[in-house]
Amino acid sequence: MASSCWGLPSLLCNAPELSGSTLRQMRRTIDTGFRDLVRAWSPWIDAVTAPLQKFLNGLESLFVNTPWIVVFVALLLAAYAASRSWKILIGTAIGLFGIGWFGLWQDAMITLSMVTVCTLIAVAIGLPIGILAARSDRAQRIISPVLDVMQTLPSFVYLIPVVVIFGIGKVPGMIAVVIYATPPMIRLTNLGIRLVDREVIEAADAFGSSERQKLWNVQLPLSLPTLMTGVNQTIMMSLSMVVVASMVGVGGLGRNVLQAINNQFFTMGFLNGFALVAIAIAFDRASQAFGRRLQRHSEVRDD
Amino acid sequence: MTEQKMTGQNQTDILPPDEEETVPGIQIHNLYKIFGPHPARYVQAVRDGMTKADLNRKHHHSLGLKDISTDLPAGRISVIMGLSGSGKSTLLRHINGLIMPTAGEVLIDGQDVAKMSPDELRTFRRHKTAMVFQKFALLPHRTVLENAVYGLDIQGIPRRDSTKRARHWIERVGLKGYEDRYPSQLSGGMQQRVGLARALTNDAPILLMDEAFSALDPLIRMDMQSVLLDLQKELGKTIVFITHDLDEALRLGDKIVILRAGEVSQQGTGEEIVLHPQNDYVRAFVKEVNRGRVVRLRSILRRKSPERDWPGLRLPGATTLEEAARRILDTSATEATVLSRGGEPRGVVTLSDVMENILTREDEI
Ligand SMILES: Nc1ncnc2c1ncn2[C@@H]1O[C@H](COP(=O)(O)OP(=O)(O)OP(=O)(O)O)[C@@H](O)[C@H]1O
Ligand SMILES: [Mg+2]
Repeated sequence: MASSCWGLPSLLCNAPELSGSTLRQMRRTIDTGFRDLVRAWSPWIDAVTAPLQKFLNGLESLFVNTPWIVVFVALLLAAYAASRSWKILIGTAIGLFGIGWFGLWQDAMITLSMVTVCTLIAVAIGLPIGILAARSDRAQRIISPVLDVMQTLPSFVYLIPVVVIFGIGKVPGMIAVVIYATPPMIRLTNLGIRLVDREVIEAADAFGSSERQKLWNVQLPLSLPTLMTGVNQTIMMSLSMVVVASMVGVGGLGRNVLQAINNQFFTMGFLNGFALVAIAIAFDRASQAFGRRLQRHSEVRDD
Repeated sequence: MTEQKMTGQNQTDILPPDEEETVPGIQIHNLYKIFGPHPARYVQAVRDGMTKADLNRKHHHSLGLKDISTDLPAGRISVIMGLSGSGKSTLLRHINGLIMPTAGEVLIDGQDVAKMSPDELRTFRRHKTAMVFQKFALLPHRTVLENAVYGLDIQGIPRRDSTKRARHWIERVGLKGYEDRYPSQLSGGMQQRVGLARALTNDAPILLMDEAFSALDPLIRMDMQSVLLDLQKELGKTIVFITHDLDEALRLGDKIVILRAGEVSQQGTGEEIVLHPQNDYVRAFVKEVNRGRVVRLRSILRRKSPERDWPGLRLPGATTLEEAARRILDTSATEATVLSRGGEPRGVVTLSDVMENILTREDEI
C-alpha cells in the first residue's frame, strides 16, 4: 500500500483506523454483551416465539397436507375474485400446474404459507405506522430515516442479529422477512394519506368528522390505490427475502435455490427460481388488478 | 350626489324605509387573518396601518382579512361579494372554524367559534352548520346518495332515516335518477348540486355557501335560487352566500357585505348599496344593475301633503319600482299610496318619481 503514497506521510496516505487490538476488544465486548443479554431474556423470547412457531407450522401443514386439487382450486378462485380477469386466472393455473408437474408442489406450498403470513404481518405493522407518520410531521421525521436504513442495509446483515436473538428456524426467518417487507408499506401508506385532496379533507372537517371518521371515510378509501401498491410491494419483498431467509432455516423453494447454489445444481436452481417467479407474477398481477378494481368509481361508466 | 339623484323630489320629503328588525345570528367583531408562519407578530403592525403589499414584501406574510366587523342577521340570507382574492372564502371559513382568526371574534349564539375546544367545534359543525364548497369537494368513492348522507353518517344517524332525507333533497336539486352515480360521472353543474344536496340534507340552522351556484346554467341557477329563498322563508335558516354576481346577490341577499382586498368596502341591504354606493369600487359593481328590479317603493316614498287625500291605488312598500310602474300605468293613475309593513298608508309616490328612479344610471350621479 505504502507503494502508492505519492510521497505523502502515512497519516494522509492510509485512512486512520483503530488499532487491531482495540477493534478486537470492541467487537468482543459488544458480541458477548449482546449474547448475555439474549441469554438473560431467552425465556421471554421463547414465550413470544412459541405461538408464532405454532401458527406458522399449522398454516404450513394446512397448505402442504390439503390435497393439491383443493389448494389449486382455492388459489385460482382467490386470484379470480381479486382480479376478475380470465387472463390472470389462466396464467395462475398454468403456473401452479407447472410447479406441481416439476415436483415442486410441496416446497411451493411452504413458501406460499410463509409469504402469506409475512405479508399479513407486514401490512398489519406497516399500516398503523404509516398512518401515524401521515398524521404527524414529527413522527414522519423520526420514521423516515429509520426506513432508509432498513431498506439500504443489505438483507443478509440483519439476518445476524435475528439469528443471535432467535436462533435458527422458521420464526427468525419470518422476522427477517417482515422487517424487510414492512418499509414499503409504511412509506406508501404515509404517502397515500398525505396525497389525499385537501378540499375533501376540509369538507369532512366541515361536517364535523372525528379523526377516526375522517380516517375511515376519507383518508383510507381515497389512498387505497397507493395502499394497494404498498401491499403489492410488500408481497414482492417477502417473496425475494424468503430466498435469503432460507439461510437461517426457512424451508421451501428458497432452500432448494440455496442448495442448488452450493452444489451447482443448474436445473434444480432454475426450476425453483422459475417457480418463485411464477408465484410472484401471479401475486403481482392479481393484487394490481384488485387495486384497479377498487378504483371503479373513477372510471366513467356510460349506463 | 343626493341632490341630483332625487331630482324633482324635495330631500326632506323622503321618508326613511321602514326596515324589519333583525336579530344578529352571526356577529363578527374586528376580525383579522394573516397567513404565514408567525401571524400574531404582525397584527399590531396591520392595525397601525401596514398595507397588504407591505406586509407581503417586508415580512412575507399574506393579509387575508383586515378588521372585519359585521352582523349577519339570523334567519336571513347574507351575501358576501367581492372580486377574486378579496377574502370571501376566507371569511366564510371563519364562521365554522375551518380557519381560525389571528385576532377578533366570531360569535354565534353568543359563543366564540375561535375559543371552542376541538370537541365543541366538532359538535357545533355537526349540528349547527352545513357547507357547500366552491370546488364541490365531493367524496369521489361515494355515490351521489352516499355523498348526500355524509353529514348524517357523521352524526350517527342510521341510513334508514338518512337516505329518506337525502332522496328528498336530491330530487329537489333535480338529480333524481342519479342517486347511484359517482361524482366523476356527472357534469360540473350536477356535482355542484350534489354538494348542495349534501348540505341541505344535513338540515343545519346555518348554511354556508361558497359560490354554490357558480357552475350552474342560468335556468337551474334561477331554480336553485328559488329553492334557497323558499328554504329561508319556510325554515328561517341563517344563510351566508358568496357570489360574484351582483344580480344574484340582490335577488337573494337581505344583507350584502362587499369585500375589497380583505376589508369591508360597504355593507347594507341591496337597496342601500344600489342607491348609495360609498366608493368607486362599489359604484363599479352597481353600475349595470337594473334598478327597477332592485329598488323598492319604501326607499323612494315621500310624505303626503296634509291637504290631499291618500291616492286610491295602494301598493306595499316592498313593491319593486318596475312592478309599481306597471301597476300605476295599468290603473291609468299618476300616483299611489305606499303601505308600511303593517299595511298602514305611509307615504305617496308619483309615476314620475318611479320612472326617474328606474332610469337613473350610476354614471349620471
Ligand atoms: N392558506 C393560505 N395561505 C396564504 N394565503 C392565503 C391562504 N388562503 C387564502 N390566502 C390569501 O387570502 C386571499 C383571499 O383568498 P380567498 O380564497 O378568501 O379569496 P376569494 O375571495 O374566495 O376568491 P375567489 O373568488 O377567487 O374564490 C388571497 O389573496 C389568498 O392568496
Ligand atoms: Mg373563494
